[in-house]
Order: sequence, then structure tokens, then C-alpha cells
Amino acid sequence: MHPAFSVLIFTVTAGAGYGLLGWLSANEVFGFWLLSVPTKLVIGVIAMVLISIGLVASTQHLANPKNAWRSFSRWRSSWLSREAVLAIMLYPIAALYAAAIYFTWSSIILWAGLCLLLSLAIVFVTAMIYASLKTIRQWHHPLVPTLYLLFATISGGLAWAWLLAWNGVDISALANVLAVLVAFTALLKLGYFICFKVPGTIDIQSATGFSNQKVSILDAGHSAPSFLNNEFMYDVAQTKLVRMRWMMMLATFAVPLCTLCWVPDANTLFGAFVVMMAGLLAERWLFFAEARHVVRLLHGQQRV
Amino acid sequence: MKLGLAIDLDTCVGCHACATACKQWNTSGTIGPLTDTRPYGKDPNGAWLNRIRTFEVGVSPDSKTVNMPLSCMHCDDAACVTVCPTGASYKRSEDGIVLIDQSRCMGCNLCAWACPYGARELDPGSGTMKKCTLCVDRIYDQQLPESERQPACVITCPTQSRVFGDFDDPESDVSKLQRERDGQPLMPELGYNPVNTYLPPRESAPRPQGGSVLGTVKKIVNRIIHR
Repeated sequence: MHPAFSVLIFTVTAGAGYGLLGWLSANEVFGFWLLSVPTKLVIGVIAMVLISIGLVASTQHLANPKNAWRSFSRWRSSWLSREAVLAIMLYPIAALYAAAIYFTWSSIILWAGLCLLLSLAIVFVTAMIYASLKTIRQWHHPLVPTLYLLFATISGGLAWAWLLAWNGVDISALANVLAVLVAFTALLKLGYFICFKVPGTIDIQSATGFSNQKVSILDAGHSAPSFLNNEFMYDVAQTKLVRMRWMMMLATFAVPLCTLCWVPDANTLFGAFVVMMAGLLAERWLFFAEARHVVRLLHGQQRV
Repeated sequence: MKLGLAIDLDTCVGCHACATACKQWNTSGTIGPLTDTRPYGKDPNGAWLNRIRTFEVGVSPDSKTVNMPLSCMHCDDAACVTVCPTGASYKRSEDGIVLIDQSRCMGCNLCAWACPYGARELDPGSGTMKKCTLCVDRIYDQQLPESERQPACVITCPTQSRVFGDFDDPESDVSKLQRERDGQPLMPELGYNPVNTYLPPRESAPRPQGGSVLGTVKKIVNRIIHR
């Protein structure tokens, strides 16, 4: 699948934002750390800025954005519509949460709880846009929503740890929890790669209706690239994919893990967060570049 | 009604006339225009609703060239409709035709990703998704003589490899063809229940083996011509 840069920015940046908001509101609900009002407000604003950058980026991949407002209408059937509805719904709830922080309302637990649930729900729903597509086996898998949720948790968590350390809060316990989460996510991502080493089950015979016969393409029927080729036939050299995988594993997991284990202070954690975001961009790029749509069978690929 | 096409892979010669006729009709039809970018340039691109792929089936020398026109299958369980966030994609309950309301589409590409047949293409001009309408603006047109109330691709096909009709009516031409010629759906395992059916090539007569009188004569003639 063709990786659209706006979608990569959207899922990575907004993912970290929802993760950070999730940590902030979870802390409110469960009361792990006592934070001052300005600290909480600054963290909340940073989270909402990350989310908003992501959402603005996401509209950039629409070819006809003037109809984007209509995407709130089909939430009963479409995951993309559900995402749009929940993403917009978060803004008034987050504003109420901010007001509750500032005016120290007693209902703060309610608004924080809603923010936490909505953040988790939005990341899950975003992942389901991909995971619901039976045409792409690398996406139609339970590991996809699991990993999206974990990536939001660890990237938002790293930002959370950085902001706490910056405010002089003791984060040694948090660093340990995050280290475990990063390691667990790395294992699942490795598991994801291993899952898709085995070839898929849909083949060119099924795509053309000629079971038990050798089928090969003679002519794809067009002499110049088309929408279908650009979108579904995206191919990069295997060596580049392998290189990207190594860079992704290093930046997303290895560097943050070392930082969390050995030098978790404000400056290094900020550095680790930036490196992890770059790693996640590579991860999202791979998520698209390695996805194989069944239309490829009709262009001559034997199996997807 | 369940309108759709039966496509005869035995007789299709791969002339692309159906694709051209489709483009010609629909570019000025209800979902038109079908924009082309750089149509006379080095790298032309554009939205087509029907594309013809050519496959070799079997192992040479006993293989067969099969031309396979691919357009929307008007699936019974159309995933492209389910995923659409704006409600632009819809399936008509009265005849099963899957259509896109151009005034509602936001061009997010998700329906094209959900379609296993590559039947949907984004129009580079309007930024909206385009797909086969089964010539909905022809088949119900009372101004046309009844014989012409058919999709443009069906009318134009020089070998009559495309047959249009109602799959819900067991006595329609398409239903009969599907029964008699063992029409195949494409990628049925995805569960979208495509309506269009593909009629496999008939069994061809065995290739003449060497040793027949005619074969010997041909060989001699060939040798003479070669000299």
C-alpha cells in the first residue's frame, strides 16, 4: 500500500497525544502522582496540540476535503466515521476536564475518566479502520489494534515521563513500568513480523476463478500507471524494507529502553521521545509499505 | 432485482471496446466527467471504471489466453458501502446497483482499499471516487428503444461476451448462463458475494498430434515455403 505521509504523521502524532492525555487522565482517576494545577494544564495542552496537529494532517490526505464534515454521519457502520465522531467529541470533554482542573471542580474524576476512555477508544477505532479490511491480510489481524494501543501508550508515556521529570517528580517507578511496556511492545511487533513471514492463502487462482490451473499475467491492460497501481502496487526493494525494520526497532524500542533503564532524566527522556517518534514514523511507513492488497493478484502476483 | 453482468471468458477477445465505451458514456453521464491527467503526455493517468487484464491459464503449449474485464461486481455484501464514512457509497435496495453520490464523497480512498477487485478509482480532477454505475442512466431511460436499455459495455461488445440481466430471475439470460456454464465468482472466500459472474472457457478440442495425414501435408508445405 502506498504510504501517504499525512496519514503517517496523523497516526503517530495524534497517537502520542492520545497516549499523553490518557496518562494524564489516568493519573487523575487513580492518583499516582500529585501534580500542581499549572503542570496538569501544560501537559493537557501539549497533548491536545499533538492531537490537533495529527487531525489537521489527516485531513490533508482527503482528495475532496470540503465534504469532510459528512464523515460524522455513518458512525453506525463505518470505523472511519466513528473515529471522526469520537475525535471531535473529545474536544468539549477535554475542555471540561481543563475547567475542572482550573476551578478544582469535584466532578474532575468524571471528566478525567471520560478523557481516558475516549483516548483509548479513538486509538482503537483508528486501528480498526485498517484491521477491518479483509482485503489486506497484514492489516486484518488482532495484533494491529493491540499494537496501535501499545504504541500510543508508550509514546505518550515517554512524553509523560519527560514532563514529570522536567517538573521534578520522582519517576523511577514510572521508568520501570514504561521499560516493561516498551519491551513487551517490541516483542509483539517482532511477533507481528513473524506472523506475516508465512505466505497468505488467497492466490491468483481464486482471483481469476481458475482453480487448480497455473495462471500468470500476460498484460495488465494499461500502458501507464493508474490510481490502482499507485495505491496498491507500491513496491520498494527488500533491502530497504529490512533496513527500515532495523532502524525502526532501534529508534522505537532500543534507544528508549536504554534511556529508561539507565539515564531517565528530563533531557534524555525528551531525546528518547523524539527518537521514538521518528521510529514510529518508520513503523507506520512499514505498516503501509509491507501491506499487500488482494488487487495485486489481478496484476499478476501469485499470492498475497 | 439483482442486476449484474455475466462475462464470457471463452469469447472475450480482449479488444478493450467495453472499457472505451464505458469511459465514453460515463464521462458525460451521472457521475461524469471521468478526468484524465496528461492524456496526450508522457505519463497519462485517469479514472476508468472497467479494465481488462490478460492472463495465461494452464501450461504452454496447452495453455489458453484469457482476457478478463474487471469492473464493479455490485456485491451483495459490499464492504465498500460499509466502510464509507460519509454515506456517499450506497447499494440500491430495488436493483442492487452500488453507486457513489458524488456530492457526498470526500475522497478518503477507504472504499477503494476495501474493494478486492480494484473496481474503484479516484478521479484526479474532482477528488471523488468513481465506479461502474451499470449505466443506471441508460438502463432505465424510457426515451431509448428497449434493446438499447443496457450498459454501454454490453451494447458495444463485438463478441457479445457481456450479458446484462437480473440474477434474481431464474429465467433471465444471465441466470441461465450462470447455471449452464458454471459461472464463477471472483475471490468468493472474502465473503462479499459478488453478483457478476465469469463464464469459464469451454473445453477446447484436443490439439492435433503429429502423424495425421493433414499434419504431414502441412509440414511439407511449411518446409517448401521456408525454402
